[in-house]
Amino acid sequence: MAYKRNIDRLPIPPRDAKVNNVVCHYCIVGCGYKAYSWPVNRQGGPAPDDNAYGEDMRGQLGADSAAWAAPSMYNVVRHNGQDVHIVIKPDHDCVVNSGLGSIRGARMAEMSYSTVTGTQQARLTDPLVWRYGTMSPASWDDSVALVAEVTRRVIEEQGEDGLLVSAYDHGGAGGGYENTWATGKLYFQSMKVKNIRIHNRPAYNSEVHGSRDMGVGELNNCYEDAELADTLFIAGANSLETQTNYFLNHWVPNLRGSTLDKKQSQLPNEPHAAARIIVVDPRRTVTIAACEAEAGKENVLHLRINSGTDLVLFNALFTEIATKGWADKAFIATSTSNYDAAIGANRTTVEEAARLTGVSAEDIRKAAAWIAEPKQGGARRRTMLAYEKGIIWGNDNYRTNQSLVNIALATGNIGRPGGGCVRLGGHQEGYARPSDAHVGKPAQNVDELLIGGKGGIHHVWGCDHFKTTLNASEFKRAYQRRTNMVKEAMDSVPAGDRAAQVEAIMKAIRAGGLFSVDVDIVPTQIGSCAHVVLPAATSGEMNLTSMNGERRMRLTERYMDPPGNAMPDCLIVARLAQALERSFRTAGNAAVADRFRGYDWKTEEDAFMDGYHQHEKGGEFVTYARLRAMGTNGFQEPAVGLETTGAVAGGTTTGASPGMVVQGPGIEGARGREPVQQAAPGAGATGTPAATTGGSERILGTKRLYADGKFNRPDGKAVFAATPWRGLQAQGKQAEKDSQRFLVNNGRANHVWQSAYLDQHNDFVRDRFPYPYIGMNPDDMGELALKPGDLVEVFNGNGATQAVAWPEGGLGRNQTFMLFGYPTGVQGNVVSKATNELVIPNYKQTWANIRKLSDAPEAVRHLSWKTQEYRAQT
Amino acid sequence: MSGCNKLTESGRRFFLGRGALAVAGAAAASTVPQAPAKATPALARVAYPVSRLGNMRDLKVNEPMDISYPDADSTGVLIKLGTRVEGGVGPDGDVVAFSNLCPHKGYPMFYQADDRTLNCPGHYSRFDCEKGGLQVWGHATQNLAQFRLRVDAGGDIHAEGVDELLYGRHSNVLA
Ligand code: SF4
Ligand code: FES
Repeated sequence: MAYKRNIDRLPIPPRDAKVNNVVCHYCIVGCGYKAYSWPVNRQGGPAPDDNAYGEDMRGQLGADSAAWAAPSMYNVVRHNGQDVHIVIKPDHDCVVNSGLGSIRGARMAEMSYSTVTGTQQARLTDPLVWRYGTMSPASWDDSVALVAEVTRRVIEEQGEDGLLVSAYDHGGAGGGYENTWATGKLYFQSMKVKNIRIHNRPAYNSEVHGSRDMGVGELNNCYEDAELADTLFIAGANSLETQTNYFLNHWVPNLRGSTLDKKQSQLPNEPHAAARIIVVDPRRTVTIAACEAEAGKENVLHLRINSGTDLVLFNALFTEIATKGWADKAFIATSTSNYDAAIGANRTTVEEAARLTGVSAEDIRKAAAWIAEPKQGGARRRTMLAYEKGIIWGNDNYRTNQSLVNIALATGNIGRPGGGCVRLGGHQEGYARPSDAHVGKPAQNVDELLIGGKGGIHHVWGCDHFKTTLNASEFKRAYQRRTNMVKEAMDSVPAGDRAAQVEAIMKAIRAGGLFSVDVDIVPTQIGSCAHVVLPAATSGEMNLTSMNGERRMRLTERYMDPPGNAMPDCLIVARLAQALERSFRTAGNAAVADRFRGYDWKTEEDAFMDGYHQHEKGGEFVTYARLRAMGTNGFQEPAVGLETTGAVAGGTTTGASPGMVVQGPGIEGARGREPVQQAAPGAGATGTPAATTGGSERILGTKRLYADGKFNRPDGKAVFAATPWRGLQAQGKQAEKDSQRFLVNNGRANHVWQSAYLDQHNDFVRDRFPYPYIGMNPDDMGELALKPGDLVEVFNGNGATQAVAWPEGGLGRNQTFMLFGYPTGVQGNVVSKATNELVIPNYKQTWANIRKLSDAPEAVRHLSWKTQEYRAQT
Repeated sequence: MSGCNKLTESGRRFFLGRGALAVAGAAAASTVPQAPAKATPALARVAYPVSRLGNMRDLKVNEPMDISYPDADSTGVLIKLGTRVEGGVGPDGDVVAFSNLCPHKGYPMFYQADDRTLNCPGHYSRFDCEKGGLQVWGHATQNLAQFRLRVDAGGDIHAEGVDELLYGRHSNVLA
């Protein structure tokens, strides 16, 4: 039977329950929530005066009630050492989600660590060190000292290149400005580590270099633009499942026509209608089905391209728009450069594109018209262009990204209401680091170094490559072999003899072994190879700041204690830096030791003030006190002043050279912030100083980037890019396609956040997905004699993995869709090691064969294999 | 912040319209819940009433009947699926009953007869009536609340419990 909690009532928060601001720490949307907590021996009542919501809960509540909490929104947790009840519920006053929760975010309470209700008991509570053939608890001082000692020894023998680092760069859980600053300061300022990679790709690079190099930061619009657009153009994204409440709360109203009043009042001098939507995707998704249910089939155009041919389609649309005379000539003249050259280089006829993409010429022409044909009376059509992993992790990432930005620039759709050319995002963002310029471009492929026996020590911060990397089969084999060498060496001497331990470790490293340090909140698969594991706190167990997909920055307040001895990553960094300082000093190297000064942070707020506040653009206006006062609505970065001062700097300053500090309410690439920060340590912002503490004035932000028509290039002009088609660009992909039957497209499921690092310990999700699923066309399943739920092997020359088969009529013949990054069947096992020239992986274009492993395992027999697709009532 | 409430608004209207219908239907089926048993000290679980929902002979295969349980404000459907399912009652083991209020935000759901699912017009969640209300796809953080049933010798179908918290209630049985 389906999993049921058999909970038939929940306690009600009393009137005086403590209320904290919470931003969902899962996806990019960053929905607002409130945490209500109160002592465990008390409860409120259903009368309005007796509960924290001030609502009458005595009868059945209506739809969309602000007072209902599902069992997943409730838990008993520890706060300041006391057990407290907690309810974490969507915030109806947050402009992002207006009270909507998703299947992921609305489980935040249940996904918290509780010794009372037993949830998330897998969380790490103590530092662990490899001792006596197992991971055993250790003190912070002892475990961190061992890490520092081995790190120093490796650096002394191999230089800083011997230290390999994997570190998340995002916001939300396992991220945030506090923590990215800390790791950034350690590896980019105290050291100059260049062998570093990010959580989901093998190098330290941007997923959207293409857009940035054109002068267009990738998060340039606001969520309201989806309510104002005439047309939404979506490529390689399944937003109902991956940006859920952005889709539901901002796209759907426009598709239904219920934002017409807003359009009329904000943009009065042009005709308006309900939005139309174009979705570029090789598969039919639940997003497309929902769009059809809301807007009617006639207003939804699904361009079902052959996998990996997006660039051809975009070039043809670019060409067609120019040919029809629909380009925004005034905007092109004042705000861009290189238009004519790009038109020449990218010229692609509609017929040629139809042949390569598999989309009909008629549909391509229709798409061009929906994007750019002037509205009645000649008004410019407002089109928002958005993309995500289908482009980012698709064929020829850099050029394809650029070819889409070309369309947005040609139609004048950046910096204007109802426009934008944006990535939709995965995690929230929360990047504040010193310059990474020394890493270089292309950056090192760290996976290849690890596989190739390079380096002696690996610091891992909140990453699990065993689940979320390409070429994962080979990676795991190499990693296990190298780390095992060190484990055996450690087993050969008594654990208590630290000097002998370190000597044994170094000897193993010299022989090709690898010492692995894993910092995470839960045990991970790569962590099973680690020699030291350090337990971290997550969002809500620490104060944590991030920004969402419209650069909306908020503070999640600490509403509970971290499990056991876990602590925020930034404070772990501080301990490690101090231990490194001691280690180098003891070893007689005072010069190096001195570089590890400046980590005397007592709290995460100290790290925030040292990092974001001092170093980020507009950071001088941002403090915890002000963010707290601004609740779940926060402000949109960059900050430009305070309500008491008004915008401080006028006009726009563009980043003239990499590494320079940019001031003013202008413009920048939002995530990487590459061009906007000085490389020299301590080079802080130079804007008008604002009161740094205490005050809770409202912060003024920036609704849209580039609203003044100036872009992030030395001359302020966005540059069109030449993006000619070159087939399946990554090495070996065409051969893989030719030799394997099935496209193994891949991505997320609505139920599951990221690599299921918490979900795998949640009964509700584990019941639904004991194994990852692979959606298959029912006729293909018939040919392979597969029944729904059968366990299959997916295999090719790169490796093999497993999944259960789910018939889905929306998938074409020989096309499949597999859940990405799942613990019990890693899709990355069958992804080849080929990347683009900037080391961006190409997960999406993977081809493999499929064979049956077994009938449906017992764990999936109670599950449903009906289509995921919604149809409106007839 | 204005402008983000369209779904909310339309949902409320929708709820009132469909909710009223469902309640009327339930009244027509003349299901009168009994008063909940009173017990002191409080039981660890709420005490559920036993309600007669209908009789086996009222049911037609794959045609849901509007019901309510544990009281008139908690609407649901009673269905004879036509194939034996786990948790089904009656001579053919195929009779089930579910809340029809979506456990996401409480919109009333409709029954899609061709694949025996309850579907939510609010945000497209789908629940499989043949699999104990398992959420096929959707936003709810729980599978659909199922009413525990018993069929007596005369074919009367009684509801006597619920296996998940019902949408819109802090307690399945309200005081
Ligand atoms: S849509 Fe994203 S941010 Fe919002 S609740 Fe869901 S997972 Fe969290
Ligand atoms: S109310 Fe949102 S899916 Fe049903």
